[in-house]
Amino acid sequence: MQSLSAMFGPVQQAYLLEARQMQALSFAVHIPLVCFGIAFPAMVLRAEWLWMRTGDEIYRLLAMRWTKVMVALFACGVVTGTILSFEMGLLWPGFMGTFGAVFGLGFALEGFSFFVEAIFIGIYVYGWNRMAARAHFVSGIPIVVAGLTGSLFVLSVNSWMNDPRGFAVRNGRITDVEPFSALFRNGHLGYEIVHMYLAGFIVTGFLVAAAYAVGRLRGRWGRYERIALTIPLTVAALAAPVQVLVGDWAAREVAKTQPTKLAALEGVAHTQRGAPLHLLGWYRDGEVKAGIPVPKGLSLLAFHDPDAEVQGLDGVPAADRPPVNVVRIAFQLMVSIGTFLAVLSIWYLFARTRRKRVPSGHWFYRLLVLAGPASVLALISGWVTTEVGRQPWVVYQVMRTTEAVTAAQGIPVGYATLAAFYACLIGAVAWILRRLARAPMATVAEPEHALGDS
Amino acid sequence: MLGLHLYELPLFFALQGVALYAILAGADFGAGIWQLLAGRGERAKRIRDHAHHSMAPVWEANHVWLIFVLVIVWTGYPIAFASMASTLAVALTAAGIGIVLRGVAYALRSASAGAAEVRAIDTLTAAGSVIAPFALAGAAGAIASQRVPVGNAAGDLWSSWLNPTSIMAGVLALLSSAYLAAVYLAADARREGDDEMAAIFRVRALVAGSVAGAAAIAGAVVVRSDARWIFDRLVEPPALLSVALSLLAGAATLVLVYRRRLDAARISAAIAVAAVVGGWALAQNPVLLPGLTVRQAAAPDNVLALLVVVILLGGLILFPSLGLLFRLVLRGSFSAQPRAERPAPPASSTGGVASTLTATRLAGACFAIGAALLLLGDSAWPRAAGVAALGAFIVLGLSALAGEDSRE
Repeated sequence: MQSLSAMFGPVQQAYLLEARQMQALSFAVHIPLVCFGIAFPAMVLRAEWLWMRTGDEIYRLLAMRWTKVMVALFACGVVTGTILSFEMGLLWPGFMGTFGAVFGLGFALEGFSFFVEAIFIGIYVYGWNRMAARAHFVSGIPIVVAGLTGSLFVLSVNSWMNDPRGFAVRNGRITDVEPFSALFRNGHLGYEIVHMYLAGFIVTGFLVAAAYAVGRLRGRWGRYERIALTIPLTVAALAAPVQVLVGDWAAREVAKTQPTKLAALEGVAHTQRGAPLHLLGWYRDGEVKAGIPVPKGLSLLAFHDPDAEVQGLDGVPAADRPPVNVVRIAFQLMVSIGTFLAVLSIWYLFARTRRKRVPSGHWFYRLLVLAGPASVLALISGWVTTEVGRQPWVVYQVMRTTEAVTAAQGIPVGYATLAAFYACLIGAVAWILRRLARAPMATVAEPEHALGDS
Repeated sequence: MLGLHLYELPLFFALQGVALYAILAGADFGAGIWQLLAGRGERAKRIRDHAHHSMAPVWEANHVWLIFVLVIVWTGYPIAFASMASTLAVALTAAGIGIVLRGVAYALRSASAGAAEVRAIDTLTAAGSVIAPFALAGAAGAIASQRVPVGNAAGDLWSSWLNPTSIMAGVLALLSSAYLAAVYLAADARREGDDEMAAIFRVRALVAGSVAGAAAIAGAVVVRSDARWIFDRLVEPPALLSVALSLLAGAATLVLVYRRRLDAARISAAIAVAAVVGGWALAQNPVLLPGLTVRQAAAPDNVLALLVVVILLGGLILFPSLGLLFRLVLRGSFSAQPRAERPAPPASSTGGVASTLTATRLAGACFAIGAALLLLGDSAWPRAAGVAALGAFIVLGLSALAGEDSRE
């Protein structure tokens, strides 16, 4: 497909890289909060449900304490998400002006999911102990559903950017726009939504479990802590092995539809049959230096055939290739952390099913403390892999980021301002979480400590 | 619908979103302004707390209206959106920072304990409540005064939204937000039986309303000299009717607040703000940006039709949900004393060891089937079946591991 001449014409933008970094920073801050939006309400509801079923106050205490964390993180998610939607137009007016009609509907649908989430978060949080127990529990369900549909609609746009369709380009203009086939019939949506939804549970599960693992290593380990660790860890441990399988699906889909991205994430310079896989190492001058080669490994993994042909970076002109090392290192980070999480998960699942208890050794908990932040790193690496791997295109093989970017001056100033504010935001979140973790255990006998009265 | 063309319909909905955002988020920002102006001491703390408690359950939903407006404009009128967002980059960045500060205030408040701490949070973050409405109204003033040309950042990044009309719009937005918030907070206080707060915010409403009225008249002089085109269109029908309605509703609100009819004042205050948005829209119609009409900016018809369908279907979910939230808030359900609700008596015990074992085995089988389908499958159906089997693995796994660790 010919490159599209952007509707506003090409622009002179000296700071394209800074614009991309600013967008990436905004995503990196927002996406872990999205994981909590996807998965944490389900965990809170799980605790509340256990309270309703058993009448055991310890579950209610847990659900109420987690609700405070949920509401604080959701507030940060709302505002960082608003920033992202501003940036779509602030940084990429060429993209929005040209393709808004093609993909915008995905965001319109997401907008309603977001509404439902925000409304029922309000009801759930302030309804604690003020609504009938069953009604209160039910008011949390729309939050869980909206978390799923919201990610589905946002990812419909991202998957379309990676596998664009549902429009035609005639004389540099976009015609024959079919929003639904653009958003929901592209080849990437299936694995992206499953991959991201699982990631939501993995990141949230390991982060929450890591917090209680820290407590255990410091000697805080009673029934409350054990329950608080097992609820998130169980779901994350079930999701992590599945994520490995979904990752294989994702890689095969990328191999098929975005061969240049695959070549970048494995550092394959030349098109070849029986391509090897390299672990670690550094890509330079057309080869991976100091890596550990696995003969025919890439052909086998990407096509499930040891002799399959893998298209190299030389399949496209140099100007159409993504930066190899960024993509490759991000990919290797994601895969290795994902593997680590899956192994840790199997350890946990084995202990739970065979020994009927949570693992007892200190090493498990030390690794679990590591797994929390590592899962966030894997999440961000995954997004770097797919988004930087798509470069230099914003709409794969249709529009370049150079055609999408704003002509406005002062991107570095905006970038620095945002970075400073987000540094403060991250500091604030850290303070909030520490504070909530140290808050005394309120009991039902002290209703003045209930939610909404803080 | 309403005699509107298809190409106008999404904009019509977006403008309702603008009006609702101006009212609901305006009241939230206004509450932040009153927190900033509360001063020190015990009474000031009660003012800040009342402003916080009143808004906390609804602020997130109130802010989603902005997202609603953005997504409709960028889907329905992509060229106009790209032109506005790129020229108004500085204004929108400022507004974004303001919104972040406001959100962080709510997040921090959920974890704060001491009075001094809360005051520090309110003061630090209250700047957001000033910056955001000022910058957003300034951006609206930029569009109204024809300072946003079509193109990629084709207008001036600074003078587009820092000019007499925009500054006037920004100041007016701050005053009307403070006015709205005071009316709402007074009404909330009275509903809760808090006579002290009701009296305090009633006085604030009367002052802010009078100042806002005076500022609106002064603003008219400013707009006349700075943006004659939009001024002339504002003072002739049909826009004039809407402008007059706004002034009448604003004045009526003052009377209602004075007479302590606070619930009626809530509604008339909202009408006053909505009518400003309506008047602006009627004055600009059919021009969206200089040299670009609404029709020219609109996306293809099939996209517009889909967008309208999505908005209408979404509304079927949205409005009952919003209705529920506001009914609970206005009924005072969220300010009632928490009670110690007892759950239903525990159900009979779950299946025990045998069913746990079965669930574990079934989960294992589902994982094997799902893995095989996903690894070997190369088309949609086997993969969908594989995902379903793996989903079943997770659900069965959760039920197999539902029991507590048996130690102790």
